[in-house]
Amino acid sequence: MEAPLYNIVLVGTPNCGKTSLFNALTGSRQKVANYPGVTVERKQGFLVTPRGRQVSLIDLPGTYSLRGRSPDEEITRDVVLGRATGETLPDLVLCVADATNLRLAIRLVLELKHTGRPMVLALNMFDIAKRRGVTVDVPALSAALGIPVVTSVAVRKGGVGDLLALIDSTAALDAPPAGSNDWRPHSVAELRATQREADRIIGAAVSLPARPDTWTARVDAVVLHPVFGLVILALILFVMFQAVFAWAQPVMELIAGGFEALGQWVQATLPAGLLQSFIQNGVISGVGSVIVFLPQIITIFLFILLLEDFGYMARAAFLMDRIMGGAGLHGRAFIPLLSSFACAIPGIMATRVIDNRRDRLTTILIAPLMTCSARIPVYTLIISAFIPAKQVWGWINLQGLVMFGLYAVGIASAMGVSFLVKFFMWRDHAPAPFMLELPDYKLPRLKSIALGVYTRAMMFLQRAGTTIFAMMVLIWFLASFPQPPAGATDPGIDYSLAAIIGRFIEPLLAPVGFNWQIAVALIPGMAAREVAVAALGTVYSIEGGKEAAEQIGQMLATKWSLATALSFLAWYVFAPQCASTLAVIKRETGGWRWMWITFFYMLAMAYAASLITYNIARGLGAG
Amino acid sequence: MTLDPDPSGPASLLGHARRGFTGTVQALKGDNALSSLSASELESRLIELGFVEGARVEVLHEGLIGRDPIAVRVENLTVAVRRREAMAVVVI
Repeated sequence: MEAPLYNIVLVGTPNCGKTSLFNALTGSRQKVANYPGVTVERKQGFLVTPRGRQVSLIDLPGTYSLRGRSPDEEITRDVVLGRATGETLPDLVLCVADATNLRLAIRLVLELKHTGRPMVLALNMFDIAKRRGVTVDVPALSAALGIPVVTSVAVRKGGVGDLLALIDSTAALDAPPAGSNDWRPHSVAELRATQREADRIIGAAVSLPARPDTWTARVDAVVLHPVFGLVILALILFVMFQAVFAWAQPVMELIAGGFEALGQWVQATLPAGLLQSFIQNGVISGVGSVIVFLPQIITIFLFILLLEDFGYMARAAFLMDRIMGGAGLHGRAFIPLLSSFACAIPGIMATRVIDNRRDRLTTILIAPLMTCSARIPVYTLIISAFIPAKQVWGWINLQGLVMFGLYAVGIASAMGVSFLVKFFMWRDHAPAPFMLELPDYKLPRLKSIALGVYTRAMMFLQRAGTTIFAMMVLIWFLASFPQPPAGATDPGIDYSLAAIIGRFIEPLLAPVGFNWQIAVALIPGMAAREVAVAALGTVYSIEGGKEAAEQIGQMLATKWSLATALSFLAWYVFAPQCASTLAVIKRETGGWRWMWITFFYMLAMAYAASLITYNIARGLGAG
Repeated sequence: MTLDPDPSGPASLLGHARRGFTGTVQALKGDNALSSLSASELESRLIELGFVEGARVEVLHEGLIGRDPIAVRVENLTVAVRRREAMAVVVI
């Protein structure tokens, strides 16, 4: 009979290299899901030990203690204690420690011992520790802690051999004697005593070099400089956006060209009629106009993951803490807000690092105002169609300036909303503390970066393949049926369901200068912002024939006034045009309330901004 | 001529320390900080980041506005804290 699956959980402090150890042990045999009821990521992987034992490994969120101060840390505590719904009591707790930095890890080990679970300790990043002159008397440490200790180097091939052997020998013990669980939250005095005990054990078993990591110190001397540090942060952000807009361009053109060629091939191959129209206008131009943004999404995630892995994100939070504090935001909100430039969904999920609930809610509320990558297609389309590509003040491209302006308005309004929320709702609360470890810099591990970018790219493609595809089919259907009566002189779409719906909403949107075609495009745009571009393409291409599908921009330039175009841009800065974001807000905040607050405040801002923009533009003669 | 109060005097608060300050933690006094956390919670969190009595600390960096927050080396770990919370750490 085969031995049952051996359940191991990985526990460690933040930045201890737990995730890279997890990747090294399980490779690509991972599945990512959520714990029931919360959006804490549940990362499970599988491996087979050298002796053939099947092992399930769960990577638990990093924590300094089992007190459970945030949803992430509660999960770690509950899984270790076997209290989490749907989780079995782990057979083995694999505690991971950064060998260069053992103080907090050993304290955590001492606390974990109270749970009575069988436990082993892996001293990870042992190569770096050795290079820095840290020497560890492993047998002495093992004796002092009363658990097996091994060293590991997650990033090197074969660096986890000892660990695998240890897992094998531990798993082979028949029903390892589980101690009794006498864990309870540590009081201040107990924490202090445990830390003292940990320091004593380290003092006896570990010898530290006189000099700390000079490389990190030297980089920090520049990167955390009060003035240069901010300049460098601004430069990094500048390069990031430059990459998103300029460097991704050639690849995007390639993809766009590919889809265009595919569309033409379909047109040439299939007989004219409904099927040809469906495949060319509905499927290919619709899905293609969204997939085109894959290079930009990959680029932005690449930057964010690289900075995170390098250890820079914590520095960015340090530099921005006081500046963001002026708008009532916590320094830790910087990372979620930066991620929101890629997409508000990972941004909102990243707010879990903010342990104060009020700060977290404020950040969630404003994250959708940061200009996400799904707005890029909308902005690019309108700007290239309506804003002349001329130079202002000699050297600034006007189109680029407008794009920058849209980003700036997004950021400024986010700060403004946060300030108002703080002022009106939470005025009487002292700001939550900002306490954050600044980890030593590490060279990013290419494999884990690649894995991270790949996962996110696949998520995007999956969305393009399912939600967006479904919306495109719906829009095509609405725009194509009912068919125009025989002998009709107006374009076919004027008789369609889309026109009927659009004309029904039009009066509401007329004050902001939107026509019924825009009204139609806004509906599927709720599925995802970028769909609006595809939807406009579909609506206008069905109306105007095949040439239009290739050149939505020129088409819009003849159909819309400048005032309408500007009003549309203003709408997109604010509008809550993303059902998935709203769904994530509901999930993360645990109820409908904050989702509706977000929806209505953003809708109100969008309408007001469009109304003002449209009327000012008309007043200036752009109507 | 007036003398500045000696920053490395007998006992001072980490929250007042300037860049370059080195010393050891003498005590944690959660009540000293006007933090939104309770005194015991603040002390717990400081201990979890390594601030226990006897730990060597060095202020490595200061922020731009109001020299806040500060980056503190605690033994062999670097931690960012606001001065408001650092007031709970008595150092000599």
